[in-house]
Amino acid sequence: MLSRALRERLSSQLMQMATLFTILLTLLITLALYLKSKPILDLHPLEQLLFSSSWHPMKGEFGLLPFILGTLWVTGLAMILSVPLCLLSAMYLSEYAAPRIRAWVKPLIDLLAGIPSVVFGVWGVLFVVPLVKDYIVPFTQEYLSFIPSLATTNTTGYSLLAGGVVLAVMVFPFIISVAEEVLCAVPGELRAASLAVGATKWQTIKHVVLRKASPGLIAAVVLGFSRAFGETIAVLMVVGNVARIPTSIFDAAYPLPALIANNYGEMLSVPLYDSALLLAALVLLSVNLVFTILARVVLLGATKRAI
Amino acid sequence: MRLSLLIVLGGLATILIVTLFKGLPALTLEMVTQGPQGGFYLGKGGGILNAILGSLCLAGGATLIALLISLPIALFLQPEYAGRTRLATFARFSLDVLWGVPSIVYGAFGFTLMVYLGIRASLLGGIIALTLLVLPIMARAMDEVVRSVPAELKESSYTLGATRLETSLGVVVRQALPGICTAVLLSFGRAIGDAASVLFTAGYTDSLPSSLLRPVASLPLTVFFQLGTPFPKVQERAYAAALVLTVIVLTISILSRLLTRSFTKHITK
Repeated sequence: MLSRALRERLSSQLMQMATLFTILLTLLITLALYLKSKPILDLHPLEQLLFSSSWHPMKGEFGLLPFILGTLWVTGLAMILSVPLCLLSAMYLSEYAAPRIRAWVKPLIDLLAGIPSVVFGVWGVLFVVPLVKDYIVPFTQEYLSFIPSLATTNTTGYSLLAGGVVLAVMVFPFIISVAEEVLCAVPGELRAASLAVGATKWQTIKHVVLRKASPGLIAAVVLGFSRAFGETIAVLMVVGNVARIPTSIFDAAYPLPALIANNYGEMLSVPLYDSALLLAALVLLSVNLVFTILARVVLLGATKRAI
Repeated sequence: MRLSLLIVLGGLATILIVTLFKGLPALTLEMVTQGPQGGFYLGKGGGILNAILGSLCLAGGATLIALLISLPIALFLQPEYAGRTRLATFARFSLDVLWGVPSIVYGAFGFTLMVYLGIRASLLGGIIALTLLVLPIMARAMDEVVRSVPAELKESSYTLGATRLETSLGVVVRQALPGICTAVLLSFGRAIGDAASVLFTAGYTDSLPSSLLRPVASLPLTVFFQLGTPFPKVQERAYAAALVLTVIVLTISILSRLLTRSFTKHITK
């Protein structure tokens, strides 16, 4: 039988080890991806790999630009579509909705946050892609094709727009859930003080609630962004997967995660291919790291400024 | 604002409706009680039991291992242990980073690790990749719950002469139990629905899961592969598999809600 003091010491050490393990894991993943992508970094300069658009693995050319742009376009579209809708919905839920409505909608949205991404993909294939193909593309080609980013020759429906819509719907529950919590955490006294000096409800929301909640809302958006950014399967299923720089939102694209998912494990016989794919993974990891740090800085700055 | 909420809810509702309407007609008893038989992928008989069991094994194993690692982490991040030291700050930061790492990166990293260790695509490999994926989710959620345990409760335990370990296990874990259960169930739901991390690491097979070192099938990949075939009969099975997956995930998530509500025997308010 171990003595109590010894057990206490041992358990403390074990817990510390588990904690160190997570820190180590972060470093290990970064290091492993870096070491694995080193062969290709030795051969080609980083700028060329990131900013060249010629992707011909058989000839030894690995320009990741089409994939990076594909990722940015899809994620950007998703954020443009989802952020305003989510913030307005969160505002409605926290400021206007009757408690009864909130009591129903909130758990429902949390529930939907758990739907697996592959199901979103199926929904995209069955619902969004035909919608884009049969209604949106014919309409814009008829009336709006003078806008360059809306003109296209791709009529399959598998496009950036489809990927953006699927991603947008996918991040709805995440952003709304966090944003609503942030808005509800704004103290009622602040609202009361603003209303007491004669501000209207909308003025109160705009100048008091939103200002107080803005760091938290930014955090909510970053959360949605990081979720959308690395999403693989759902996007892969609807985005078309053509390795070309997209010029219109109806073009097919090929985001980074889809590139890795489609080729890793199969193309290992082509020299440097796996190295290039792990470089893609490293790019994803670095962007995530930068955004995590940014979110931290925003939140830290906010707590310092807080009254 | 009301309009935007309606758009959001409408978008999410169409997902459930589409899954339900496309999945129900294809869902037969045969689908969920049998593995695939000869010619299954050309539209002949059989079911997806291999994928259902495979997914449960993968997610179950990963959740269990992640629980064993993340509970100590959450307890260690209490003020009594790591407190406000730099280690705690850095650990929380790494958890934040790991939380945001895309699952495909875990898949690629897991595969690299497996090649290094000499493991082929297998149940074990899939469990490793999924553990990495759910570990930060679970640890962060548990950290939140453990932190919300009132300090007075712990102090009264210390006053009686209990050690930190005794307080952690006897008081903190008990008080935080509903939250811990929620964290575990949510992680399980996340693990069972993720496709990208098991794509390279778990492989795919038609047989039921039998050994840690054999490949296993999983539901998300079943949906993904079968939807990619040109045969309508097989595509219908993908819809049915998607429905099964959705039902499992929603059941878990509702279960976790009910548990949180009823699991409050030891809680002081």
